[in-house]
Amino acid sequence: MNLALAKNETGRALNDSFAVARDRLPGTGRVAEARSAAFEAYESVGLPHRRLEDWKYTDLRALMREVMPLAPAPDAAALKRAATTLKLQAVKGARRLVLVDGVFAPKLSELDGLEKGLTIRTLREVLEGGDAGLQAQLLAPDNDNPMVALNSAMMTDGVVIEIANGVVLKQPLHVIHIASGSTPAAMFTRSLLRLGKDAGVTLVESYIAAEGATAYQAHDSLIVAIGDNSRLDHVRLTEDSREAFNISSAVITLGAHAHFNTFGMTSGAAVSRYQATIAFAGEGSRVETNGVNLLNGRQHADTTLFMDHAVPHCASREVFRAVADDRGHSVFQGRIIVRPHAQKTDAKMMTRALLLSDEAEADNKPELEIFADDVTCGHGATTGALDESLLFYLRARGLSEKEAQALLIQAFVGEAIESIVNDDLRELAIAAAQRWLEARA
Amino acid sequence: MSATSFETRLSALLRTRSKNGKNEMSLLEVKDLKVRVEEREILHGLTLTVNPGEVHAIMGPNGSGKSTLSHVIAGKPGYEVTGGEILFKGENLLEMAPDERAAKGVFLAFQYPVEIPGVATMTFLRTALNAQRKARGESEYSTPDFLKKVREVAKSLNIPQDMLRRGVNVGFSGGEKKRNEILQMALFEPAVCILDEMDSGLDIDALRVAADGVNALRSPERAMVVITHYQRLLNYIVPDFVHVMSKGRVVKSGGKELALELEASGYAQFEDAA
Repeated sequence: MNLALAKNETGRALNDSFAVARDRLPGTGRVAEARSAAFEAYESVGLPHRRLEDWKYTDLRALMREVMPLAPAPDAAALKRAATTLKLQAVKGARRLVLVDGVFAPKLSELDGLEKGLTIRTLREVLEGGDAGLQAQLLAPDNDNPMVALNSAMMTDGVVIEIANGVVLKQPLHVIHIASGSTPAAMFTRSLLRLGKDAGVTLVESYIAAEGATAYQAHDSLIVAIGDNSRLDHVRLTEDSREAFNISSAVITLGAHAHFNTFGMTSGAAVSRYQATIAFAGEGSRVETNGVNLLNGRQHADTTLFMDHAVPHCASREVFRAVADDRGHSVFQGRIIVRPHAQKTDAKMMTRALLLSDEAEADNKPELEIFADDVTCGHGATTGALDESLLFYLRARGLSEKEAQALLIQAFVGEAIESIVNDDLRELAIAAAQRWLEARA
Repeated sequence: MSATSFETRLSALLRTRSKNGKNEMSLLEVKDLKVRVEEREILHGLTLTVNPGEVHAIMGPNGSGKSTLSHVIAGKPGYEVTGGEILFKGENLLEMAPDERAAKGVFLAFQYPVEIPGVATMTFLRTALNAQRKARGESEYSTPDFLKKVREVAKSLNIPQDMLRRGVNVGFSGGEKKRNEILQMALFEPAVCILDEMDSGLDIDALRVAADGVNALRSPERAMVVITHYQRLLNYIVPDFVHVMSKGRVVKSGGKELALELEASGYAQFEDAA
């Protein structure tokens, strides 16, 4: 790695902005030290670029160029714009937790009548308040990944959710990230979900922008620990503005006999990357990940999943569907590692891409590293265009070209969307897909 | 209105012929149609006139161009029309996109209806019906009205409700696929129905159910063009006219008795005539 190249002009600019922002970032002592170390780690590489294998298809140096300065805390006008946007995104029966420009907005959130066993705090509180256990969990991600390191250095706010043993919440928790910004800025958030044993919850994450929001950068990370015999359902919808950048990371750890069902869809943002590490720490657990990219114009969306089968008798299923029109560029990197003692692992990954134009691009990179001998693992990847015979059948029945395409695209992504268990949330995802389809009609 | 389309309409009016002493415009007129697929001419000047209320059978051996004719009428891509014209109610059909043709009342019952996984039959039917109605400037069906209509038609065709909830034609038997085509025909109420090899892959019971469905849709306003290789189908759907196709042309036309004649003597006699 050429350090001289890494420490370019934009690196120095960020260095200044880190220095400037430091006073606003919560936490002292151990937290502040961890921030400095993380920033140094980030700085030694800078924005990741295509010569790093993990970032081959998503060269942030070319796509993002620079890290914008830290967004100012939202003022009354920003909160008002956010409140207006929220009305359009209400999910029936979900408990709303809102972050505006990277700062928790208590007045827009629903914190009343918390169920017994549910604790919600802000990241700021926890980093300043000194709960050593939670702090350690929040600072746990290592600095190997430059964008995680940057997030560790700059994390400003977020939600810290704890669910006690034996508590199964009926009401989904909906974390909504709203960018209200009228000036280009970056927001850095980190959230934590600690799900006890024999517990269950549904977590929804939405990324949206208020009307009139300009280019902005959302840098988010999520840390999740799922206890033994617990179940987490997770839905993640990226509908950021078309000028925005969304760089998000997640680290999920499952105990024994736990179940993680996750669905993610990206239909917004100019450039986005979602990188998740899912680690099995206890036997007999199961993960289903379903993902959809809906891209047009010059959108670039990258989903990079790392499934870490470290223990025996666990199962994982990965389904990914990419739709790219115009000059859209979809990236899916799926790495599955089966460690030496992880016998009886059952891991499957299937990705399919649908290209709607000659200039659209979809890159699928499956990687299987298997070090155990008694396992069932498989992957498949296909890329193609819409089936002409199906299109003609639909057109012969009266559907216009766009209508016929829309119906087939819905069917193509439908399998992934159907994986969402909660009816209201499945409708939310379908509505987001329809917004994308209508925008291209 | 452009001069060309005025001329088209005028010529269609002039071509209107007398039937039962009344003047009626022909519904579908195929005139000297020449069609190529990948540099090879398949239809070499085919002419066919279909009036409201008539049922025409088109028979012919494999490769005579029967399916090509049905595809070109419906607007399937991949066919190059090098000569002649197709008029539908006096309008140039060849200039219309497939969905425009459907909305105007042209329906092709496919020989091999496609399977569309992930698109529920009900969703498909409603989307298609409303798209056609919208194109004609009619109001869209309300959900209760639509459901009522589909259930009625489905019942008359022996189509169980669970079939309507499944993906379009997914896992349907040959007979179920054909009944699904007839269900759509009943729902969309087209002016002209082209039935492409409706009997292929059907056993005698399935054939009877499908034919009953088609017969129920016969009306003085609606015309049908039944394309088939075998005479058998015509025992159930009795045509007014029978045309024999060979090597891309109609080589003989007559009444329903022509089909019986063919059954007895085969197509060989026409191979040389073409």
